[in-house]
Amino acid sequence: MNAAIINENTESSPDEPRLLPGDFAIWFFIFAELLVFGIAFLSYAVVRVQNVEMFNQYQLTLNRELGAANTLLLITASYFVVRAIHAIRLDDVKSCIKWLYASLGCGAGFLLLKSLEYYDKFSEGITLSTNTFYMFYLSLTMFHFLHVILGMIILFAVAIKAQRGGYSARDHIGIETGASYWHMVDLVWIILFPLVYIIR
Amino acid sequence: MKYESQSVAMLYFIAAIGLFVGQILFGVILGLQYVMGDFLFPEIPFNVARMVHTNLLIVWLLFGFMGAAYYLVPEESERELFSPMLAKIMFWIFLAAGALTILGYLLVPYATLAEITMNDLLPTMGREFLEQPTITKIGIVIVALAFVFNIGMTILTGRKTVISLVLLTGLVGLAVFFLFSFYVPDNLVLDKYFWWFVVHLWVEGVWELIMASLLAYVLIKVTGVDREVIEKWLYIIIAMALISGILGTGHHFFWIGTPGYWLWIGSIFSALEPIPFFMMTLFAFNVVNKRRRDHPNKAATLWALGTAVMAFLGAGVWGFLHTLAPVNFYTHGTQITAAHGHMAFYGAYVMVVLTIISYSMPIMRGQKAGNATAQIVEMWSFWLMTVSMVFITLFLTGAGILQVYLQRYSDTPMGFMATQEKLELFYWMREGAGVIFLIGLILYVTSFFVKGKEVVLLEDRVEAGA
Repeated sequence: MNAAIINENTESSPDEPRLLPGDFAIWFFIFAELLVFGIAFLSYAVVRVQNVEMFNQYQLTLNRELGAANTLLLITASYFVVRAIHAIRLDDVKSCIKWLYASLGCGAGFLLLKSLEYYDKFSEGITLSTNTFYMFYLSLTMFHFLHVILGMIILFAVAIKAQRGGYSARDHIGIETGASYWHMVDLVWIILFPLVYIIR
Repeated sequence: MKYESQSVAMLYFIAAIGLFVGQILFGVILGLQYVMGDFLFPEIPFNVARMVHTNLLIVWLLFGFMGAAYYLVPEESERELFSPMLAKIMFWIFLAAGALTILGYLLVPYATLAEITMNDLLPTMGREFLEQPTITKIGIVIVALAFVFNIGMTILTGRKTVISLVLLTGLVGLAVFFLFSFYVPDNLVLDKYFWWFVVHLWVEGVWELIMASLLAYVLIKVTGVDREVIEKWLYIIIAMALISGILGTGHHFFWIGTPGYWLWIGSIFSALEPIPFFMMTLFAFNVVNKRRRDHPNKAATLWALGTAVMAFLGAGVWGFLHTLAPVNFYTHGTQITAAHGHMAFYGAYVMVVLTIISYSMPIMRGQKAGNATAQIVEMWSFWLMTVSMVFITLFLTGAGILQVYLQRYSDTPMGFMATQEKLELFYWMREGAGVIFLIGLILYVTSFFVKGKEVVLLEDRVEAGA
């Protein structure tokens, strides 16, 4: 883990097998982010153990259907991102851009459904202070919500660079970097959804 | 020096060092007042000395940041400063405002100062660290806006680098968050709440951006490592600093009357605040290890590495010690906080300003680096100040642990003043370390005047011979 590795990694040719896809620096960020969510999930688990009944009771008020739909949207977005990388590896820039925008569409769908869910909860007068369960539900999902936005900004930047001809079969480390981050956002939701919405 | 206008920085750096000396003199006075309560009373009461000590720190660091920006930005932007004249005018305004404010603290009672500066028209005085009269605060805003305008115009019309853009973001944030010092709600909870928008979002938010960019700049210069590598680190460091630092504000909201969810948000996010500092340490050492050339300015490299280590220890480790709500329940507002405050400010901000001064001052005086003797003296001052700061921190931590036990944890808790008496030995040792710090600082100032042989590196000698 040093600057030289970052340097070598950026300059290495795509034919060489690499330990991690994308720019090495993004992995520092991904691991740090996973650490943040990991600590948050652990705190949730510890507090839940102390208040099982209350958590079970209020968990039933959450909209699982919307949650499941959102899970599908994020997994689909991840699939589209994978297709984008396959496309660029075949030098098919056009398809690559198409798949990137498709995944952005799924991300936007996620944000829309989540906003509806929040609207519903806020109109019932639920806030961070309502109780510990809602405090965790709101802060965990909102923090993840912000990450979806950040992931979309990164994918959008990548898509724009792709449109300008910035990537090719030989050089597409930027797309892999964006994809790695997006998969992290997806992965966190795949843990968050069952943890907060389903597991009893 | 590539651009003439960079030399404006020298004025700022000289003022910064002058005020730094003042800050430490008051620090030594304060340290003594901890054990001899009536020392210099009634001329300089404890509360006034404390105000002068902390305010001088903030003002000189601001001078340092401004000087650093004026030095760094023309070179990064590859053009002269937008307006060197504006920079000079603002310097004198800021110096006059700063000096008058400090004199005001020292010469008249605080209430009289409030009266003669017409604080009642827009009351903003009386809050810790933001004690400045409203009129001074307005002056600070004017200076900050003119400064950001000057720097911004230089950056936006020249070459844009990651370093200069991160620096600009930090400086704009600094100016924007200071505006919260004008908002003083009547509700004491809200008052404290927004007070932290200035204090926390400065030192655990936007100042970190300034620090990282200054460090990155000096490291590029002294190591010759690729800009691309350094910029990548910079992105990740600032992203982590903001992710942990913004919501980390919550660790100040534990016991001031705000909703309970802050216990969780504050604990979780602030627990991650050491990460960007740890990354900075990794970054600095890796870059120096991978250096492509040896720079004759060894002192600047020492300061840069020292900044990374001490910032991680002071801001990261000592911050983490008492940031979790269950721990902070016992430790808030004790000498543990003072220990953290001392090492964090020294390690992160004092040292980064001294790093860029160490790098740029010789260049502005027409040399690539200070002469050999001057560098040795400067490195001595580095070790004296740094080691004594470590001891100040350790003694205050010892005092803090004892204080927490006697005053808050034991089955028969003691009162505040009775506890303070028990901490006397720690305070005496802290004062001793403080005096060593002052000696280190005197050496530091002396290093600018020492004469000696120029440092010539082997590679330069070979080149000259060829």
